[in-house]
Amino acid sequence: MTNAVQPEALTFECETGNYHTFCPISCVSWLYQKIEDSFFLVIGTKTCGYFLQNAMGVMIFAEPRYAMAELEEGDISAKLNDYDELKRLCLQIKRDRNPSVIVWIGTCTTEIIKMDLEGLAPKLESEIGIPIVVARANGLDYAFTQGEDTVLAAMAARCPKQVLEAEKEERTGIQKLLSFGRKKEEVAAEESEYFNHPPLVLFGSLPDPVVTQLTLELKKQGIKVSGWLPAKRYTELPVIEEGYYVAGLNPFLSRTATTLMRRRKCKLIGAPFPIGPDGSRAWIEKICSVFGIEPKGLAEREKQIWENLEDYIQLIRGKSVFFMGDNLLEISLARFLIRCGMTCPEIGIPYMDKRYQKAELEMLEKTCQEMGAPLPKIIEKPDNYNQIQRIYELQPDLVITGMAHANPLEARGINTKWSVEFTFAQIHGFTNARDILELVTRPLRRNNALKDLGWDKLVKEEAKV
Amino acid sequence: MKLAYWMYAGPAHIGTLRVASSFKNVHAIMHAPLGDDYFNVMRSMLERERNYTPVTASVVDRNVLARGSQEKVVDNIVRKDKEETPDLIVLTPTCTSSILQEDLENFVERAQIDAKGDVMLADVNHYRVNELQAADRTLEQIVKYYIEKAKKKGELPEGKTEKPSVNIIGVSTLGFHNQHDCTELKRLMTDLGIEVNEVIPEGASVHNLKNLPRAWFNLTPYRELGVMAAQYLESEFGTPYIDITPMGVVETARCIRKIQQVVNAQGANVDYEEYIDNQTLHVSQAAWFSRSIDCQNLTGKKAVVFGDNTHAAALTKILAREMGIHVVWAGTYCKYDADWFRQEVSEYCDEVLISEDNGEIGDAIARVEPSAIFGTQMERHVGKRLDIPCGVIAAPIHIQNFPIGYKPFMGYEGTNQIADLVYNSFTLGMEDHLLEIFGGHDTKEVITKGISADSDLNWTKDAKAELNKVPGFVRGKVKRNTEKFARERGIGEISLEVMYAAKEAVGA
Repeated sequence: MTNAVQPEALTFECETGNYHTFCPISCVSWLYQKIEDSFFLVIGTKTCGYFLQNAMGVMIFAEPRYAMAELEEGDISAKLNDYDELKRLCLQIKRDRNPSVIVWIGTCTTEIIKMDLEGLAPKLESEIGIPIVVARANGLDYAFTQGEDTVLAAMAARCPKQVLEAEKEERTGIQKLLSFGRKKEEVAAEESEYFNHPPLVLFGSLPDPVVTQLTLELKKQGIKVSGWLPAKRYTELPVIEEGYYVAGLNPFLSRTATTLMRRRKCKLIGAPFPIGPDGSRAWIEKICSVFGIEPKGLAEREKQIWENLEDYIQLIRGKSVFFMGDNLLEISLARFLIRCGMTCPEIGIPYMDKRYQKAELEMLEKTCQEMGAPLPKIIEKPDNYNQIQRIYELQPDLVITGMAHANPLEARGINTKWSVEFTFAQIHGFTNARDILELVTRPLRRNNALKDLGWDKLVKEEAKV
Repeated sequence: MKLAYWMYAGPAHIGTLRVASSFKNVHAIMHAPLGDDYFNVMRSMLERERNYTPVTASVVDRNVLARGSQEKVVDNIVRKDKEETPDLIVLTPTCTSSILQEDLENFVERAQIDAKGDVMLADVNHYRVNELQAADRTLEQIVKYYIEKAKKKGELPEGKTEKPSVNIIGVSTLGFHNQHDCTELKRLMTDLGIEVNEVIPEGASVHNLKNLPRAWFNLTPYRELGVMAAQYLESEFGTPYIDITPMGVVETARCIRKIQQVVNAQGANVDYEEYIDNQTLHVSQAAWFSRSIDCQNLTGKKAVVFGDNTHAAALTKILAREMGIHVVWAGTYCKYDADWFRQEVSEYCDEVLISEDNGEIGDAIARVEPSAIFGTQMERHVGKRLDIPCGVIAAPIHIQNFPIGYKPFMGYEGTNQIADLVYNSFTLGMEDHLLEIFGGHDTKEVITKGISADSDLNWTKDAKAELNKVPGFVRGKVKRNTEKFARERGIGEISLEVMYAAKEAVGA
């Protein structure tokens, strides 16, 4: 780059939005696994079905708890009655699978033909006796991971307001089960390990092991996690009362955050996200500070994690990374990688909520200053064609990109990492920092292994007209 | 509405994109919402394409819903024309744009004014045709467009080629083993002394389409793609077409005899009988295989076949006619072309099954309990569940069905490949069966070398539960590492905390 003067603050640009990403309905693939008693019904066309079928690879063969309600010409032209059709399918689902909740995923088509899913759901719900949650996760409005956001925002409305007396017994019953029949005193003793702070509910769908890890991480600080949105089962959605504190785990959950604040009157703890040891520490520190707790041992813990990462960091220190942008994890990942000693000329991102990601953006800026790295350009709604021209110009050491561009870039001698892996891998908390670097360094390690073969450029020079 | 978990043929625009991106220097612009450009991922992953897939989306978003996409589509076409200077841009409607009912034809006309290359609207209705029908139609549309263009300009070459020649029509990207089939067919034509005039759409340039009428005949090896284009060329230029798929020994011979008849009718004087004989008896191994003891053991074994028309029909005939296998039922998901399929296979199987419902197919497999299945990836998974081996013979397919090695299904080498596929499927099943009878492999419970066998360490219930969540193939390693970590630090009981501390310490 020829920029002689480095900008003082982060710069934000917006391009054409001609970029490649997954359709937000892809969220069903991880949410149906997370919420074990759910059934996801995607109301759309063959196009949606074809995408799901291909994007999920082998998962589709494992009798998934999701299906398409495939719209036919009669549905589009309103020859058929939406309510009757949906009732027929939902009854079939109830009969075959008997789920505790059916989640309707609205798509582009239901938007365009203005099918009133929110209106139909409560009626049908009372008729068939299964809760129906409506999420409009369509490609007209959202990108990829934002699909989860629309589902969780809809779920937030379903969280019980307060614990009913009858249910209290049941819930403590579960607690008892979790404490594996330990004596009451022991459980009480366990309770006393926590500070007395207002209830905290965390939101964001994470694999169960990561949920355990982060819960334990907070337990070390004496902070009790009262519940997770989503929980393992729909029937275990956490109680959310007015005045509860909530904190997000992922950068793409802005609608859920808004819903929790506005509809459920919760207080949002705005923190960087627990991605990388730096992010994890900042996340815990922020929660501690909100509750007036002095964090213990975090600095040593972070230091120790960094020491364990050193072998991987050596591979990337001083190298550059370019994010084409498709899953909204980009800011947090860039911040972590800059802390690892990388530089980052450009962060592409589908959508940038500067309020929800405020703390993360500040941390990014601070990290750049501390590491003496130039501040990256943040490109919202990027244009993939332009980005590729910039990639050719900048020749970054690593491009994090979707699969549509990965092979063509590799063939042109540019290292790439497939961005979608970051959404499916376990990347949160101190424990999983190594997994992020495992992903980031993999192309570099592989290409190091091959570097003496002289097989870098595997396409014939394109004639430029 | 239809409750669907899986579909055999994709939506219409996939067919159009497959044809458009098979051509050289043709770009497709999809009128579609964000995320519908999934085709690029499939092409890049399955075909391991080195080049960027020449498909972009003109994104339909909220603003488009409010205002219409007029300027946007035109701008995107003109922009792409400048950036990549393609010969042709195909504007591709999707299910979303079908309902918006915008006048895409008009956008194309307007874009054509500014674009140097040609611009065309793919004429497919999303709710009436599927991927295969759309591909067939789009190929015909492109061929027709360039023939008419050449006619208008008076650039249509006169007459036929000097020597007998052929157009191979229907080879396309993401087609099942299409690249290998194409190489094999070219080799076959060379053997027969026939020049290959053009291969379309794969690797073809639209500028060459005007040469199509110079061929003596057209060969459409796939039932699903290319027949419409061949019919158009027949009606326009009287070029005969041969739609016998040269798959299997008997059908390959039939195809070659038909070629002989067609070229001799146009004044050539060829006799391929000796070639067929020599290939069948001495070059291809398939005929000998049918006669060998191995194949004898397959006599009367039960099989089921399911796939697209081309492959399911060909495989059914090979199994029944060339190997003496009992095909209990044969089926296709090409519902729109079911009559053709029935006619092709009815004498070679007990029952014909026409369905797009994978549940129905699965049930039909479970019901007849065949010794082997020949189907798509879906049937392979049904086979896994029922413990029945499956050879994959048709799309939908996964990356392992795009082999790097040479694996045609057509021509004489194809007969060898199919013989291997069939034989391996059945013997695997036999081996499994025998193992079961004789009590399986040595022992499943391999005695573990790990220190964990006589562990002096306690695992808490939580930790044990957590350990069980670790995928089986690394669980042993995680357990050993954790216990090593605990021992080094003199920790007696392994709790969740210890587990994660160990993970962080060893970085695994």
